[in-house]
Amino acid sequence: MSDFPWLSVITFLPLVGVLVILFQRGDSEGSVQQIRNVALWTSVFTFILSLVLWVKFDTGTAEFQFVEEAAWIGEGINYKLGVDGISVLFIILTTFLIPLCILASWKSVTIRVKEYMIAFLIMETLMIGVFCALDLVLFYLFFEAGLIPMFLIIGIWGGNRRIYASFKFFLYTLLGSVLMLLAVLYMYYTAGTTDIPTLMAFNFDADVQKWLWLAFFASFAVKMPMWPFHTWLPDAHVEAPTAGSVILAGVLLKMGGYGFLRFSLPMFPLGTEYFAPLIFALSVIAVIYTSIVALAQEDMKKLIAYSSVAHMGYVTIGIFTLNLQGVEGSIIQMLSHGLVASALFLCVGVVYDRLHTREIARYGGLARNMPRYAFVFMVFTMASVGLPGTSGFVGEFMILLGAFKLNTLLGALAATGMILGATYALWLYRRIIFGPLLKEELKKLLDMDRREVAIFVPLIVVTIWLGVYPAAFFNIIEVSAQNLIDNYHAAVTAAVEQPLSVALR
Amino acid sequence: MFVMLQTVFPDLSAATPEIFLFIVAMALLMVGVFAPAARAAAVVGRLALLSLVVALVMVLMQDGVKVATFENMFIVDRFAIFMKVLVLIGSALTLLMSGRFFAEMNARKFEYPVLVVLATLGMMMMISANDLIALYMGLEIQSLALYVLAAFLRDQERSTEAGLKYFVLGALSSGMLLYGASMVYGFAGTTQFAALAAVLKGGEVAPGIIVGIVFIAAGLAFKVSAVPFHMWTPDVYEGAPTPVTAFFAVAPKVAAIALFLRVMLEPFGGIAAEWRQVIVFLSVASMILGAFAAIRQNNIKRLMAYSSIGHVGYALLGLAVGTSEGIRAVLVYMAIYLTMNIGTFACILAMRRQGQYVEQIPDLAGLSKRNLPMAIIMMLLMFSLAGVPPLAGFFGKFYVFKAVMEMSALSSGWTVLAVIGVLSSVVGAFYYLRIVKVMFFDEALEPLDLPSGRELGLLMGLAGAFNLFFFPFAGPLLRAAGNAAAALF
Repeated sequence: MSDFPWLSVITFLPLVGVLVILFQRGDSEGSVQQIRNVALWTSVFTFILSLVLWVKFDTGTAEFQFVEEAAWIGEGINYKLGVDGISVLFIILTTFLIPLCILASWKSVTIRVKEYMIAFLIMETLMIGVFCALDLVLFYLFFEAGLIPMFLIIGIWGGNRRIYASFKFFLYTLLGSVLMLLAVLYMYYTAGTTDIPTLMAFNFDADVQKWLWLAFFASFAVKMPMWPFHTWLPDAHVEAPTAGSVILAGVLLKMGGYGFLRFSLPMFPLGTEYFAPLIFALSVIAVIYTSIVALAQEDMKKLIAYSSVAHMGYVTIGIFTLNLQGVEGSIIQMLSHGLVASALFLCVGVVYDRLHTREIARYGGLARNMPRYAFVFMVFTMASVGLPGTSGFVGEFMILLGAFKLNTLLGALAATGMILGATYALWLYRRIIFGPLLKEELKKLLDMDRREVAIFVPLIVVTIWLGVYPAAFFNIIEVSAQNLIDNYHAAVTAAVEQPLSVALR
Repeated sequence: MFVMLQTVFPDLSAATPEIFLFIVAMALLMVGVFAPAARAAAVVGRLALLSLVVALVMVLMQDGVKVATFENMFIVDRFAIFMKVLVLIGSALTLLMSGRFFAEMNARKFEYPVLVVLATLGMMMMISANDLIALYMGLEIQSLALYVLAAFLRDQERSTEAGLKYFVLGALSSGMLLYGASMVYGFAGTTQFAALAAVLKGGEVAPGIIVGIVFIAAGLAFKVSAVPFHMWTPDVYEGAPTPVTAFFAVAPKVAAIALFLRVMLEPFGGIAAEWRQVIVFLSVASMILGAFAAIRQNNIKRLMAYSSIGHVGYALLGLAVGTSEGIRAVLVYMAIYLTMNIGTFACILAMRRQGQYVEQIPDLAGLSKRNLPMAIIMMLLMFSLAGVPPLAGFFGKFYVFKAVMEMSALSSGWTVLAVIGVLSSVVGAFYYLRIVKVMFFDEALEPLDLPSGRELGLLMGLAGAFNLFFFPFAGPLLRAAGNAAAALF
């Protein structure tokens, strides 16, 4: 049973759902409902299977697990999958969010349901693939192919400016990625392979590392997104349908951070050391500047989009502190943001489905006739602020701890972002939920129905779990993170000592 | 006596597919003349298709051992076989998609398939040319047939204009090529590739040879429509009947690229340093112009013309590298390029409204609602042309850039080239995305007809499936291309 190809099965299972949906014919309400059911159950089943990874995961080793390898196009490019403590939780995050996305689109997507569900399931396969690929070309394939369904999701089911947003999303991301592709090709011919574990152990020349680092940075900084490469994100978020925003915020943004952890740090330690101050500067600007920009937003989704940029700023700070607290914190922060930002977008979706506007000024006083909604929204606002007991606190706290260990000024600047974060999040909540219920159209709104509650319950449970008992997650992450940091420091020290030993001789 | 006969009489076996096609072309003319007029075109069309398939089988049965015959004028090796297979596939598939078009335009004539067969014969001779004279002969057999094909709808002003334009500019380029060849002959004293290679092996290169090479390269650049010799392409693509445009986009391109590779690498391979910058310029200019000029096009055939200019730029980048890795990349690129274009032109041929052929991009609006399978295939092909993984077009670019990056250790200029290449592919992605946008995001004004005819559906399906499922099964093509490329070194 140990060689059962778990990762391949989990990765490609959604495609089975796609096949089934393809054979559904007819436009009647019954067959559309059938399509929704197939998509939901496929994704739920994928989620359950992915829990196997969690259960069978060996927390005692930093080695890749569930490794599968098969010949592919040859010449050092193989089909290779595997997970370690850094990637496994992202896979589970992905499979966890997709069923919620499908549930959230149950009623709000009524046109071209078949294509919509197919796009989401293909997206799921590609996202899982990104996190378990252990071959650079395979990684690139999954990473880039995801642009196609996302382009369609924004462009077909999006809002008024959807065409502009979808083009901006596609071209921006492609621009970053093609530079990474050149770096991949350079590494391929230098090392003779695209096998990720081999490349991690490969020592690239110090000057070359800087260029390679920059090329990968171009891709991940756009994906993450880091200031000043973030301008596609507010557009894409605002125009995407609710579930599209969830996928963008929940998973696609994490690919940037995952990329830094998987490639930039272990493969180009010297480049990482050289450019860490740049990252810190951009991240601090992101945290402070985008938080202030978020304060000025009048569109709920845009506000949350800017807050995402700020939260991702924390993540990059944490990653490049290169101590255990920072790296672990950044992984937790990514997971937490994947849950919380997704939930906030879903919260926006709930009222958007009813009133078809995202303008903050059109709302107010919802606590009176939507108490359940007010509660759910509160939980996630607090988690976004980083209230102790929620997942947001753990991540931000660990990152700040790591930042202070490295540099007090960095820590202090990053911490101001927490205060600003509280300002915009709480103010958003106040403007929507509290105050008198004056507007006529709001008085008729109904509270969340059972389907909507079913979407939020799992999210609340995990958010609180991650906040109260993060050890369950740290267990999985710790060994791999420690190994990553040890290797990094070993490589940097070796590079410092090497010229010395030559000089001594 | 017997020995003498052997030396004089050339070994015909290496050229059987070409001889076969030649005889077929003559015989089909007879069939066309003597068959009942009503059915002549259809019968000749079918026979021509069949004979192309037979020729394909004959080419595939050749064993790939390098054979030079006709006093070293004609050569068959793995490279020639690979390219001929591509050309024959391209010709056969475009012939398959033309019958219905001409029937509906009331212009179905039996000369059309015969001309396609003759053009194909010329291309095969170009691919196998091992001598500057043989090269020119093959090129002219091909070109004369193509000029007539471009003007085949002789009642239409656009078509005749395309034919005339192609003829005038084509003659000019043939002249340049011939002039270059005469310069080379004058300074090297031979027209044979092997002998030229021996003469140019070492030491000083006479300036006359360089001038000759530049003229030959200019003539060939015209045939592959590389910038700055591309001006004819958009007009001819737009004006020629659509199946002929499809034919232009695939078979002659492949053949001319094959000729380009062989000429540059076999006789002039020893002095690659002298001509490399010319190819680099052609390549970079083509990539950039192909990307930017296509943005404003509204006619999809014109757009495909600029797209093909851009693609030739990428292929020439592989030639500029000039290593066996680079040549393999070109071969893979051309094979994938062929499938993408066949599929796209099958889609273009299926664009009809109330029985009339239309070719504006906005005509595709709302196609995804009217005909989802066709829209999806077209979308896959557009993403493939843009080079987005996991589609086949990505692998074409992947291997070209891999070959370029391998050179970057020698000189950082190659990295700059690669960066220019990938950036222009991002610009190019914009206009391919625009087609997807029109098909999927825009509302239809007046829907297109459902495509009629099994041929187009079959071709679309094949091209779409190839591009989508290339990535798990890329190995065989890569190996075949690798073997073919090795034959040039």
